[in-house]
Amino acid sequence: MRVFVPCDSAALSVGADEVAAAIARLDSTIEIVRNGSRGALWLETLVEVETPAGRIAYAPVRPEDVQSLFDADFLHGRAHPLLLGKTDEIQWLASQDRVTFARVGIIDPLSLDDYRAHGGLIGLRKALNLSGEGVIDEVTESGLRGRGGAGFPAGIKWRTVAQTYSNQKYICCNADEGDSGTFADRMLIEGDPFTLIEGMTIAGIAVGATAGIVYLRSEYPHAIATLQKAIDIARASDWLGSRVLGTTHSFEIQIRVGAGSYVCGEETAMLESIEGKRGVVRAKPPLPAIEGLFGQPTVINNVLTLSTVPMILAQGAHAYKARGVGRSLGTQVFQLAGNIARGGIVEKAFGITLDELVNTYGAGTLTGRPLRAVQIGGPLGAYFSTAQFETSMDYESLIAAGGMLGHGGVVVFDESVDLAVQAKFAMEFCAIESCGKCTPCRVGSTRGAETIDLIIQGVRVDENKKLLLDLCEVMTDGSLCAMGGLTPMPVKSAMINFPADFTGAAR
Amino acid sequence: MKYSPWSHEAALVLLATLREEKGPVLMALQLMQKEFGYVHKECVELIANSFNKSRADVHGVLTFYHDLRTAPPGEHQISICVAEACQAVGARGLEKEVKAKFGNETTDAFCFGNCALGPAVMVDGKLIGRATLAKIEKARL
Repeated sequence: MRVFVPCDSAALSVGADEVAAAIARLDSTIEIVRNGSRGALWLETLVEVETPAGRIAYAPVRPEDVQSLFDADFLHGRAHPLLLGKTDEIQWLASQDRVTFARVGIIDPLSLDDYRAHGGLIGLRKALNLSGEGVIDEVTESGLRGRGGAGFPAGIKWRTVAQTYSNQKYICCNADEGDSGTFADRMLIEGDPFTLIEGMTIAGIAVGATAGIVYLRSEYPHAIATLQKAIDIARASDWLGSRVLGTTHSFEIQIRVGAGSYVCGEETAMLESIEGKRGVVRAKPPLPAIEGLFGQPTVINNVLTLSTVPMILAQGAHAYKARGVGRSLGTQVFQLAGNIARGGIVEKAFGITLDELVNTYGAGTLTGRPLRAVQIGGPLGAYFSTAQFETSMDYESLIAAGGMLGHGGVVVFDESVDLAVQAKFAMEFCAIESCGKCTPCRVGSTRGAETIDLIIQGVRVDENKKLLLDLCEVMTDGSLCAMGGLTPMPVKSAMINFPADFTGAAR
Repeated sequence: MKYSPWSHEAALVLLATLREEKGPVLMALQLMQKEFGYVHKECVELIANSFNKSRADVHGVLTFYHDLRTAPPGEHQISICVAEACQAVGARGLEKEVKAKFGNETTDAFCFGNCALGPAVMVDGKLIGRATLAKIEKARL
């Protein structure tokens, strides 16, 4: 008898360990599998029972519900107020197009057998039968773009590294998922870490790199522990090491833990941090693909980018690019967050509307009060109003609407939000997290927060608004990286889409 | 959380384990904090000498990162996420409540990746979702 109780951090934060302990206490013969989360976080702790008819879900289960589950004979999938039916038939999950997240929540994250049984390592084996060039062609053909936020075509980046001569090249995985409202990297690492390891191994083979580094933020202790265990397991098998799956290829992975700096998610600051230095942004060029970590050619990709590669190799570039719209091909792992009734992971092909994401999947606000604003793409992303809910969620449409996709986080606010306060926070956050190298970001952010404060207080409002827009232009055009360069995006979008909040009159 | 009392000798033994690492300074500082709870004032010179860096280099790294602290932590550590997703579900109000009660052990944080179940608070290393003052008090025991 197998019962699944997630060990994802989000599930743990609402008592999953206590639920698992309560089940074990009442029947010690049950095999409790600690899977990742299915991604329907509002249903955590979601407990599943394996039955001949499939996995049956009960949710949300609190520790105090466990006794009644046993009383109702949940081990045979019997009726209970928390019974949701077959997990695969829960509409919220069944209507998604899980590609990158195909295994998350389904398998035991640290079982290599489970991983293989669910299609794991097929992509890597295919890659080993292709030339490096062949792998890069496949990734390029798939249309896969960087999921960290910049959206740069992964295949082109890989080709640059492949064509740059060096004795030592690196694959750096950016797992410094600092954007508020995003948690997909964390959930993938906690729920299916072998996929990331496989993606990095494929990248290494493609470009001729033998060393991989995952830069993982310290705020994710559980992800760090899970990934380290997975790396150790892969090393103990015939995967990582000097003979990858019995071939002459060599590949190793090391985790470097961040230290609480947001700007270290910027790729060059990340390289500095991995080198053990202050996380100060580098000027580009040289591109990291040519001169990256320790001065060597380096592929830098986000967790989701690398974790999508195994599926692209396994199922073919054409299957992947059959999804999506325009130049946004494949699927995006959207993350619904903030004041939302049904938050979690929604993986869908690009082109879903904001309305469908927030209202159909998200079911509106958690508080039940009217929804007023949505911030897309993290602290540097734009604030959208409900008038923009028909926007298609893809790279180009969001840029056209004055925003950006970023890492795919969608943060919902109800009517109590004051967008002038949010705009001020954007500047304050930039002031705290700026690396300090360039003046527009270092000084502009502090001046920006002061200026918005004056607007809020009703001091020379028109004059200060004009000054603020001027400052935003300087930061956008004059900053060295996206930190200072994009901080104006939430500020300006708030001013444009919510002008009533910038009149100096108390809301 | 339990930490070892500061020991110059123990620090040297630990630092020696990083001898093979490339770019070890940040790792070294993190290792010191993990073992002793903070970066003792002697660490800057120890790390500089161990890895052939200047004290200025090490001091620069030490003062850049929010995680690193130079004084021993209290018995309890409460980190409240005050980033946007948690703000949207009342993190600012919770922050005031918690700071009124546990001000000297509370710090602000930006995102624990629990943005669908906010407010998110880390109490002594344990993540709490849908956090309330009552839940924090319970976890702090």
